[in-house]
Amino acid sequence: MDKRLLGEARLARFAFLATVGLSFLGGLFVIGQAFLLSRIINRVFLEGATQSSLGSLFVWLLGAITLRALNQVGIQVAAAEVAIRIKQALRRRLMDHLLQLGPAYTQQERSGELALTVTDGIEALDSFFRDYLPALFIALLIPLTILLVVVPIDLLTFVVLLVTAPLIPIFMVLIGKAAGSLANSRYAQLSQMSAHFLDVMQGLTTLKLFNRSRAQIKIIDQMTDRYRQSTLAVLRVAFLSAFTLELLATISVAVVAVEIGLRLLYGRLLFEQALFLLVIAPEFYMPLRQLGAKFHAGRDGTAAAERIYAILNTPLPESEDGTAVPHFNQIRFENVSVTFGPEERPALERFSLTINQGERVALVGATGSGKSTVANLLLRFVTPTNGRIHLTNQTESISLSQVDAQQWRAHIGWVPQRGYLFNTSVANNIRLGHADATEAQIMAAAQAANADTFIQALPQGYETVLGENATRLSGGQAQRIALARAVVRSAPIYIFDEATANLDSDNERVIQQNLAALTADATVLIIAHRLETIQQADKIVVLDNGHIVESGTHHELLKRQGAYFQLLHAFGEVDHA
Amino acid sequence: MLKSSLIQVLGLMRPFWRRVVLALLLSVLTIGSSIALMMTSAWLISTAALQLGITSLGLAPTAVRFFGLSRAVFRYLERLVSHDVTFCLLARLRVWFYERIEPLSLVQLQAFRSGDLMSRVVTDVEELQNFYLRVVSPPIVAVIVTAAMGAAFSLFDGRTALVLVVFMLATGTVLPLLTYWMGDSIGQQLVRQRTQLNSHLVDTVQGMADSIAFGYAASLGETLGEMNGRLTRTERQMGWLDSLQNGLSVLMVNLAAACVLWVAIGRIEGVLLATVTLGTIAAFEAITPLALAGQHLGQERTAANRVFEIINSTPTIAEPTPLPQPLPERPELALSNVTFRYGASEPTVFTNFSLTVPYNTRVLLTGESGAGKSSLINVLLRFTDYETGQISVGQTDLRSIPHETVRQLFGVMTQRTHLFNTTIGENIRIGRKSASDEAVVAAAQAAQIHPFISSLPDRYDTYVGEGGALLSGGERQRIALARMLLKDAPIWLLDEITANLDPITAANVLQAVLAAGADRTIILMTHRTKLVEGHSFDQRVRLAVHK
Repeated sequence: MDKRLLGEARLARFAFLATVGLSFLGGLFVIGQAFLLSRIINRVFLEGATQSSLGSLFVWLLGAITLRALNQVGIQVAAAEVAIRIKQALRRRLMDHLLQLGPAYTQQERSGELALTVTDGIEALDSFFRDYLPALFIALLIPLTILLVVVPIDLLTFVVLLVTAPLIPIFMVLIGKAAGSLANSRYAQLSQMSAHFLDVMQGLTTLKLFNRSRAQIKIIDQMTDRYRQSTLAVLRVAFLSAFTLELLATISVAVVAVEIGLRLLYGRLLFEQALFLLVIAPEFYMPLRQLGAKFHAGRDGTAAAERIYAILNTPLPESEDGTAVPHFNQIRFENVSVTFGPEERPALERFSLTINQGERVALVGATGSGKSTVANLLLRFVTPTNGRIHLTNQTESISLSQVDAQQWRAHIGWVPQRGYLFNTSVANNIRLGHADATEAQIMAAAQAANADTFIQALPQGYETVLGENATRLSGGQAQRIALARAVVRSAPIYIFDEATANLDSDNERVIQQNLAALTADATVLIIAHRLETIQQADKIVVLDNGHIVESGTHHELLKRQGAYFQLLHAFGEVDHA
Repeated sequence: MLKSSLIQVLGLMRPFWRRVVLALLLSVLTIGSSIALMMTSAWLISTAALQLGITSLGLAPTAVRFFGLSRAVFRYLERLVSHDVTFCLLARLRVWFYERIEPLSLVQLQAFRSGDLMSRVVTDVEELQNFYLRVVSPPIVAVIVTAAMGAAFSLFDGRTALVLVVFMLATGTVLPLLTYWMGDSIGQQLVRQRTQLNSHLVDTVQGMADSIAFGYAASLGETLGEMNGRLTRTERQMGWLDSLQNGLSVLMVNLAAACVLWVAIGRIEGVLLATVTLGTIAAFEAITPLALAGQHLGQERTAANRVFEIINSTPTIAEPTPLPQPLPERPELALSNVTFRYGASEPTVFTNFSLTVPYNTRVLLTGESGAGKSSLINVLLRFTDYETGQISVGQTDLRSIPHETVRQLFGVMTQRTHLFNTTIGENIRIGRKSASDEAVVAAAQAAQIHPFISSLPDRYDTYVGEGGALLSGGERQRIALARMLLKDAPIWLLDEITANLDPITAANVLQAVLAAGADRTIILMTHRTKLVEGHSFDQRVRLAVHK
């Protein structure tokens, strides 16, 4: 069992203790009921008692039965409370951790699997705490209580129970271990299968385009069948433990019945005591059997815990807290290198650049040349592997990593190549840029991004709720909303990462003009494939393979006839220069 | 809705009905064994108490041992078979779900959020696999055991039998009905809230970069907190319901035993009193699971309804009958007066649009975003129907061509390329499953991606990550191109294919595409007229946004 999971029980200490306490109490009611039943039957059978003389005994019996039922309710309510509290807290903690790990982590993981861990993984803990854990305590407490009661009544039965009972957990542990590792692989398989499903569903367009969507039926069939077979293999073993438990329990009851029957025959035992033993014997094994049935709930919970704690134990990047954003008039990259993994070539190497306040700096270069890494550094999605980024003014210089990341990001209007639109209204998606924006401001921003017209044409206008991945909109429309989001922010720093790459020429021209006017006073970092949009930049930096090849203004670079000139030439834009 | 959806799920079990019957039989035998064990044991000690000698016990000691053994054996087999039934059902459900969802038009499917779709398939289908184990099996077993026990007890005394049957029936009907009635709304609420939470989490995980950049993470976290709180409250209600119902069933079992004993006193001979009392307790093993079944029925129904919400939407575009003769290999494409919009309440995308494209000609289609360039692909590929006008391929009306044949006609590349989370080689091979390794390499070469792939440690066996996340936008597009080259369709629809490429690569890719498509019809859609200046086109068409 996972110690970390058990440690979570502190989140619901009272409910947890109540579960244990009530489980013990439950044993006493069981014994009381068995005692009363055997006494009544004995009185009628051997002493010839009639209904009228048994009234008080029946009242006692009804009392024991009622208390036993109430106690059952109490145990379950308490156990449910434990499960619910722990799930809620873990779900929260997991998401907080993921958010702190940030895009750098989630982009590596499969989002289908991550979502599965946060939902079904957490849900698997439900039956761990609600079913498995109470069953474990009941299995420890009730048989022990019964054993203590049986000793003075009949030593032989005591021995039978005593000998068989420890065998049950021993078998359970042995067989459970084998089943456990299989259950782990089953969980991994289930995750993979769900990720595969999501992949197929999201790629259904592509599959249809290539007439391959029907072929997926067979693949899904095969995957599911493999899952069925492997799960059945697990169960064949897992059920063996239950089988052993059942066998031990029922055979023991049979042994007890025959053994006391034979002694009754020779008058060595009283009927009332014999009947009590027969009634109590199944109750002795019942908790152990129930534990056997919950065993895989325990295993599933432990397997899910592995996934959950794997995420929770991923170390967080250095704290994002820090000082307030200082007054600065320069952002300076000093020999910044970024490497994502030990095996990989640096995405950026010894990159130095000074961006003055109010300057428009453009980064150009081929795919993979490191342009977006610069943007990610500035957004603090990525930290430099080597080198530093400074914010400086006339008197002082402060490292960007010391500045509070959230406050820092509030200074940036960022438009990535494909902005993500959330499943909320268009207005709310724009309002992301500026939480207190008025409707008028939102509309103004949308107009600047040339988005107002098509938004107005949507069924509910600005209040239209977008689907996941904003499937209602074309790529260009979605992007214009993402642009409006940045516009409404009116930030001192803007980062446009291929922001208008997916737009048509007309839209792009209009939006570029609007953006130029709106960001006239701001510091702007533009990343572009297309060079016509950056000719007015104060500085153009050409990157190749993570290195700066050359930098300067459009005219300087043109004169040099270097890499920039070649890029322009390739795009047939030299004539327009 | 309840009946039809659950009965349809029931219908899915037909292919393996023998296994279902076997599972039911084993369930009855299991419970029967344990009842017999308790009853013979009780009879054995009662008779022994009369001290009439060993012969008075007859076969009882042997029978007791036998039932002790058989119960465990039957139980093991029953579990194995009924779980097999469950997994057979799951396999059938998955395939059947996909089979039904696959013919739906993509425009229809976009109405459902993809996070929801996943949740539906994984959670709801997963939920429905329990349909046999939790809903179908318990009542059938309960009815059989109740009837058998009633018959057995009536051999001793009619009134005692009546008390037993009444208790079993009351517990078996009233309790699940009560919990069903109470849990119905809560059970539905629970599934709905879990799904909402799931969608929210997918949104949070996928949009993480944007949410962090714009300080939206806190707000997403708040929403999570609210949803979490709501779910917790619902789960707490459900927990109470669960516990009450369990407590009630514990009460009923023991109350039944007490009442049977009370009635039996004076009516049944003393030696049988213990037998009927212990028999009663054992018999309720068939009844206890029923209460849960009532609760699960609500959950199963919700899951089934949500699955059927998608499944039962009929494809908007009916599949036409196969064509009498194959289409010409070099077809002309002609649109005349085509009008299209996505729905009655949506604006028209294009009105009376006409275009004739002879085979092996090139068309340049320009226009702002939203002018309907992508919609044209949806219409041509029959992902959505058009309102009026006619489209023909060769001399054949597009509406009369089977959909697979339509899709074989067109090679499509768009600005959003979906790469599957498998190897690069497999992603290219989507274009033609039977393609040889050489053909895959040739296609990659034509798409100018071969040198890049060769530079990877695992070359064509490199995994691309979820949605191709491990590749850059340009690399993704080039793989998509290779994929399309492999498909070898006569008409190519190219929608902003160079939007994500840097200028040099863009120019090269376009050059490569146009060269590779030299003997085909090409309809190139772009808003970047500059890019195509060096290339010749037979027609240039400009689409305008519909105001």
